[in-house]
Amino acid sequence: MAVTLTPTAATRVQKFLAGRGKGLGLRVGVKTSGCSGMAYTLEFVDEASPEDQIFESNGVKILVDPTSLVYLDGTELDYAKEGLNEGFKFSNPNAKANCGCGESFSV
Amino acid sequence: MALLQIAEPGQSAAPHQHRLAVGIDLGTTNSLVATVRSGISEVLPDKDGRALLPSVVRYTNSENIEVGWEAKALAASDPRNTIVSVKRFMGRGLADIGDLENLPYEFIEAPGMVKLKTVAGELSPVEVSAEILKVLRQRAEETLNGELSGVVITVPAYFDDAQRQATKDAARLAGLTVLRLLNEPTAAAIAYGLDNASEGIYCVYDLGGGTFDFSILRLTRGVFEVLATSGDSALGGDDFDFAIYSWLWNTHNISSLSPEDTRTLLTESRLAKERLTDIAVTDIHCTLTDGTQIQAILGRDTFFEITKPLLTKTFSPVRRALRDADLQITDVQGVVLVGGATRMPHLRTAVAEYFKQEPLINLDPDKVVALGAAIQANALAGNRSDNDLLLLDVIPLSLGIETMGGLSEKIITRNATIPTAMAQDFTTFKDGQTAMSFHIVQGERELIAECRSLARFELHGIPPMVAGAARIRVTFQVDADGLLSVTAREQTSGVEAHIIIKPSYGLTDSEIANMLTAGINNAEHDKRMRALREAQVEARRLLDATETAMSENGHELLSKPEWDAIWNKIYDLAETLMMGDSNSLEGLRKATDELNAATTEFAARRMDATIQRALSGRQIESIQV
Repeated sequence: MAVTLTPTAATRVQKFLAGRGKGLGLRVGVKTSGCSGMAYTLEFVDEASPEDQIFESNGVKILVDPTSLVYLDGTELDYAKEGLNEGFKFSNPNAKANCGCGESFSV
Repeated sequence: MALLQIAEPGQSAAPHQHRLAVGIDLGTTNSLVATVRSGISEVLPDKDGRALLPSVVRYTNSENIEVGWEAKALAASDPRNTIVSVKRFMGRGLADIGDLENLPYEFIEAPGMVKLKTVAGELSPVEVSAEILKVLRQRAEETLNGELSGVVITVPAYFDDAQRQATKDAARLAGLTVLRLLNEPTAAAIAYGLDNASEGIYCVYDLGGGTFDFSILRLTRGVFEVLATSGDSALGGDDFDFAIYSWLWNTHNISSLSPEDTRTLLTESRLAKERLTDIAVTDIHCTLTDGTQIQAILGRDTFFEITKPLLTKTFSPVRRALRDADLQITDVQGVVLVGGATRMPHLRTAVAEYFKQEPLINLDPDKVVALGAAIQANALAGNRSDNDLLLLDVIPLSLGIETMGGLSEKIITRNATIPTAMAQDFTTFKDGQTAMSFHIVQGERELIAECRSLARFELHGIPPMVAGAARIRVTFQVDADGLLSVTAREQTSGVEAHIIIKPSYGLTDSEIANMLTAGINNAEHDKRMRALREAQVEARRLLDATETAMSENGHELLSKPEWDAIWNKIYDLAETLMMGDSNSLEGLRKATDELNAATTEFAARRMDATIQRALSGRQIESIQV
């Protein structure tokens, strides 16, 4: 069971955490909504919850709550640039279908 | 694939409803737009990488309106229709505007605010400003990939109510929701994080292109209060260019210049001034239209000497403001420099000497106001949890709505800070559906049966449409007292229904804790149940759609064996669905896929038939793709 970051993504997270001045790591989760069932969430973490699963990838701590982990196991995050925009991209082996915009998925 | 940004703890937005918020510095000379992405405030550049947008709007005979660099380039050749520095006319009557004779515009007196006569008709300054805002809005929406939920626009601290209202009107005209108007000096202070610094007095020294503004702020408990403002509306970076230009006149015995040569020489002067920020000595050379060569070497010493009177001039408003606020220089805890002209080294030295401390300079002085506005916009849009400007409460359990299949769709997730508002669009399930029932629930579980039911209400009068065409926006709003109000509104007709509930009523802390642990312990089970319910909804939708299609034109488009084959699959799926066994997820998916496969050919023929109907009797030229 794990959620990982590519080296590029890990460098960006470290930069953002440094810019923010505090934070334990990155929280990755899912939320039930969106056009295709589930949606990803990405947040900074200030306090871990007792039930959190903690992974370490390329020097960054990734926290996932157990309800989300069942949908996220094996997911890798990358950081990409598209046109003027840039941000994190998910590749999730559990996702059967993505909606057109890629913000939500179903299992 | 969408690209995600990292949110503050508990502040992730649901898909398609990211609370995109930007800060806009709507300046006299230049405007900028900035936003906070993954915790860092940054200015958004245009496609050519330019952050600044000149606040210049040019109207032409056609519908075409030019904004920014193109408009600025043509300002000299078409002065009457090219509106420069429109900010000076915002909320102003004819009598308020000085030096009318020096302005190239044809003013018309109108109640409340002047209008400008251009080839495109009579325009109010609000309309002109809206054009600038529209360009910034488009830039932001293209960059951030979505609609903006709100903006913070900065205004000078001395703007009165009429000027502020005019700025808000311009934003509304540009299709923007104003979260707040923010004073420019306050925005600069926020950009430097002074709102988290120790309480006390801060000064903002803002030398822009054509204006000088000085403000004194007092920070108490995270809130800035403007104690005094002063300035000089006819003193700016441009005057420093002009000082070099005059020096060139004197040293080269120039007696008269054509307007074009004047512009060339002023541009060269500005470039020389900018170079002197980094180097001690610079060359100036240019060729005038009559072939005269202008050659000069300008050192910092000379530049400092010829512009010293200008610099001295800025300190008299500074003294006035300090006197107004009844403060001494020693009371000042920090000085922020704003405006491109504050890059000049001798200005920085002079400010440091005057206030007996080094000014804050590590942010780009052109961008600092926009950066601060973006930080404020981000906080106001609810993307920041550690909001130290307000004492905040959180929602203990998620609030959601029942969707098809008895599933809970969470609209406001737990730990969201209140007050908060979230909206999500829903649609109809059946063709011609005119009413919708809403069931509001609380809890972390996936199935409605395992969440706490809060209230039900209905929306009637939805115009009949095909399934999936109606757009019903459901807004959950929790006020500072924890009161939830839910509004459902059909977007095309505007029909609306709403209800108010107190969600935490009657729940003890241990009950809340139990509801949370149940969510965690049943994660796997809930996942399977959600998948099953979703498969059931999908199967039911497919059955409905196929049956409708069959009765519409199944007989004309299908042979007898094809007709039978599809009906067989319909029966198969209906039977699998009716059995309702919780283990039949695979079976349900298989039957659904089979019916889908069996109807592919039929769907293609229906599409062809529709296209044929749409195209018959029309010539190829008349069809626009």
